[in-house]
Amino acid sequence: MKIVYTDVLVIGGGLAGLRVAIGARRRGHDVIILSLVPPKRSHSAAAQGGMQASLGNVIKGQGDTEDVHFEDTVRGSDWGADQRVVRMFVNTAPKAVRELAAWGVPWSRVRKGDRTVIINGQPVTITERGEAHGLVAQRDFGGTKKWRTCYASDGTGHAMLQTMTDQAIASAIPVHERTEAMALIHDAGRCYGAIVRNLITGELVAYVAKATTITTGGAGRVYRVTTNAVICEGIGGALALETGIATLGNMEAVQFHPTGIFPAGILVTEGCRGDGGLLKDVDGHRFMPDYEPEKKELASRDVVSRRMEEHIAKGKGAKSRFGEHIWLDITLLGEKHIRHNLREVFEICHYFLGVDPTKEWIPVRPAQHYTMGGVRTNHTGESPTLKGLFAAGEAACWDMHGFNRLGGNSVAETVVAGMIVGEYVADFCDRMENDVDIPTALVHDFLRREQGRLDALVDGRGTEDASAIKGRMQDLMTGKVGIFRRGEDLQAAVDELQQLLAKSRSIGLKDRSRGANPELVTAYRVQKMLKVALCVAYGALVRTESRGAHFRQDYPRRNDAEWLKRTLATWRGESDTLPSLAWEALDVNAMELPPGWRGYGAKDYVDHPDTPRRATEVEALKQKMAGRPRFAVQQALMPYESLLPERFRGRNERIDEPIDEPLESGK
Amino acid sequence: MNDAAIKIVPAGNGGNGKGAARRELRISALRYNPQEPSRSPRMQTYELEEADGMTLFIALNEIREKQDPSLQFDFVCRAGICGSCAMVINGRPTLACRTLTKNLGPDITLAPLPFFELIGDLSVNTGKWMRGMSERVRGWLHMKDPNPDLRRIEERMDPDLADRVYELNRCIECGCCVAACGTARMREDFVGAVGLNRVARFRLDPRDARTDDDFYDVIGDDDGVFGCMSLLACHDVCPKDLPLATQIAFMRRKMVTIGFK
Repeated sequence: MKIVYTDVLVIGGGLAGLRVAIGARRRGHDVIILSLVPPKRSHSAAAQGGMQASLGNVIKGQGDTEDVHFEDTVRGSDWGADQRVVRMFVNTAPKAVRELAAWGVPWSRVRKGDRTVIINGQPVTITERGEAHGLVAQRDFGGTKKWRTCYASDGTGHAMLQTMTDQAIASAIPVHERTEAMALIHDAGRCYGAIVRNLITGELVAYVAKATTITTGGAGRVYRVTTNAVICEGIGGALALETGIATLGNMEAVQFHPTGIFPAGILVTEGCRGDGGLLKDVDGHRFMPDYEPEKKELASRDVVSRRMEEHIAKGKGAKSRFGEHIWLDITLLGEKHIRHNLREVFEICHYFLGVDPTKEWIPVRPAQHYTMGGVRTNHTGESPTLKGLFAAGEAACWDMHGFNRLGGNSVAETVVAGMIVGEYVADFCDRMENDVDIPTALVHDFLRREQGRLDALVDGRGTEDASAIKGRMQDLMTGKVGIFRRGEDLQAAVDELQQLLAKSRSIGLKDRSRGANPELVTAYRVQKMLKVALCVAYGALVRTESRGAHFRQDYPRRNDAEWLKRTLATWRGESDTLPSLAWEALDVNAMELPPGWRGYGAKDYVDHPDTPRRATEVEALKQKMAGRPRFAVQQALMPYESLLPERFRGRNERIDEPIDEPLESGK
Repeated sequence: MNDAAIKIVPAGNGGNGKGAARRELRISALRYNPQEPSRSPRMQTYELEEADGMTLFIALNEIREKQDPSLQFDFVCRAGICGSCAMVINGRPTLACRTLTKNLGPDITLAPLPFFELIGDLSVNTGKWMRGMSERVRGWLHMKDPNPDLRRIEERMDPDLADRVYELNRCIECGCCVAACGTARMREDFVGAVGLNRVARFRLDPRDARTDDDFYDVIGDDDGVFGCMSLLACHDVCPKDLPLATQIAFMRRKMVTIGFK
């Protein structure tokens, strides 16, 4: 038996995992990253449009602060988010952009003087300030009051991931590429690492660690139509689930991005609409202002996606041989802008659609895009039930997105969570009582169990086809657990997913080799994916309300009185075919921003009984403290700073909010 | 309604009246698994019916799902941005995921990228090589101040210069340039256009503390910029249209100056 020992085991080599690793390494701990693919190929690279941080450098971002970012994010979440975590996030996001700027990300910069932008379909001249020249620029994105999304052309995730990987290499952090975690090693409520399979040789190795961090990204591939990379199969969540102890939070909260190219589902960035692109129907009519007069194309993603599907259902979709879709028109942005600022969009349209987006409209339709739910953690990133297990980024639910994530908040979260969780992982490893002292016999048991499972697949007499099961699961999820959900569809999906799970326990392989064997990989992964899919479908079935991206046609109202709570899924027994669900309430009385209307979408919701009282209390406090610095008011409403690691506390300087001494201007 | 809404109409009898007969594709792939050295390398041909908008990503997955579950290849983003799927398609290294079959003849030949360690069939270990290259050329930004005060406004950068750095930063490390490189055939330690471009990227970046002397130390030899024979295949095959020929020529001029100093 081969055992590798390390202080920190990071499962997943995208932005979140790399940043956790760098943080822990800088604190003096040994770190090993496991990655299915070379880190620079991770799905983080696919984030095109940008990263939200309230720097307020551009003129349209002037007046932006953590407070505005906070409110946008909570409204976006439809009040499902943990508001303290949102506060931690918005205060660290500017620091994250600045750290990445120091580390080498080629952020697009502000150019002083006049420029023409498209706002609400019209060219408008805006003038950037001299004192902002050369600072990191921001663009407009959905669901935000200010232009807040920092970007590197439209390859932001790519640029961030390159820089982050470079710095991990500079820190000499080993990445074990083409390895896959198969199970977590745990005993008596404590996680000790993972059993890991080498995808080239098939060998199983045990990695024993003080702290284990899941940073495996989302679960988009449980759906047929998704923008996600093929490696985003939710395996990290399944690993946590299969311990029977760790929980998954809010798995029914699944985001559909309005502009997946049709029919392939490849993403074109929200920056298309942020920069002024319009959605049009079969008649060439710009329909979003009819539904959403306030934010139009730039309402939050859940709202825009629903309006698009609603419009298609009214017979207004454009027809093609693949089905119906909506048009995205960015021709009004001009060839120079598209070829310069939306270059990846240009390439995707050119290569996959044969469309020139400077002259033609782009066929789009909503596609699964983001997993708001994930491994439930507290604000430090640690599982509240399985000690030593951490999670960060899309794989986690610490819960800053609630039921809908804003565009530009995901890559921001990966890095911010990586920074924060990296410190807490290091703190955990610093403590003597967290030294590892498990018997190797226990490690051996886990290794033997995983070997047994693989042997059963390779040598077994099963007859079920792994690819067919996976395909059926994906069809069910896209067909019945999609943008519009109904009880009967969800029940049917849950029933059939359970049957598929049973079938997946008797898969037969055509290729029985034990080394690199793609069919074997599909087989053991689909067993895990089905559990994740069941958490999504069953959670959606039981949640009889609509909130954020979770929309029930039979329960169209948000119901704070009954459902202002987070779903927690546990997989108790190995032979179970359903997760056990429990719920934890969100405390209205501790909220800085009590529930209300989001400013877009449905205005109709059921209040929580505590909401009026808390709203009055918040209002009274704000009145009483009128004229005091905004930081003091915030602190009085909902203190959070003690939750941040010390090195990331403190204010963020802006042109309009200098710290200590005045800034030199106009350089 | 959702079920119906996502139904994809089978092509060939679709809405725009183009009912042309579907092509039968013959895709020949190199097969070899280094884990089973007793079976020698061979070409294997798969036949399948072409579909509308079919890419090699779709075609290869269909082959694996329906015909041969053992066929190895790599895809991640399937959108032309991650660089995983570079292979030699009809003799030319390029990205498979964004290669539409309709742009190729009915006979398609696929081989793994040469030069890199073969994992099996069409899958090669570009990641391992890229990490090694990055370590050799010290391919990361060397900060002037390793502990900047994150609360402070970031350092300014000229917007045009930032755009130029971004241009060179668009490399996805797919390996096409190295697979097409004449020098790499002869010198296994050659850092390739990808390595030289990385150095050029950091040299251009005003945030990097290094001088030309430092860069000379890592690429001022025949495994670096002086190994390039200017055959320019790297430039021709780069899927991201990076200005590799210009960058290499520029770096060589700069490094020659240092060499004669």
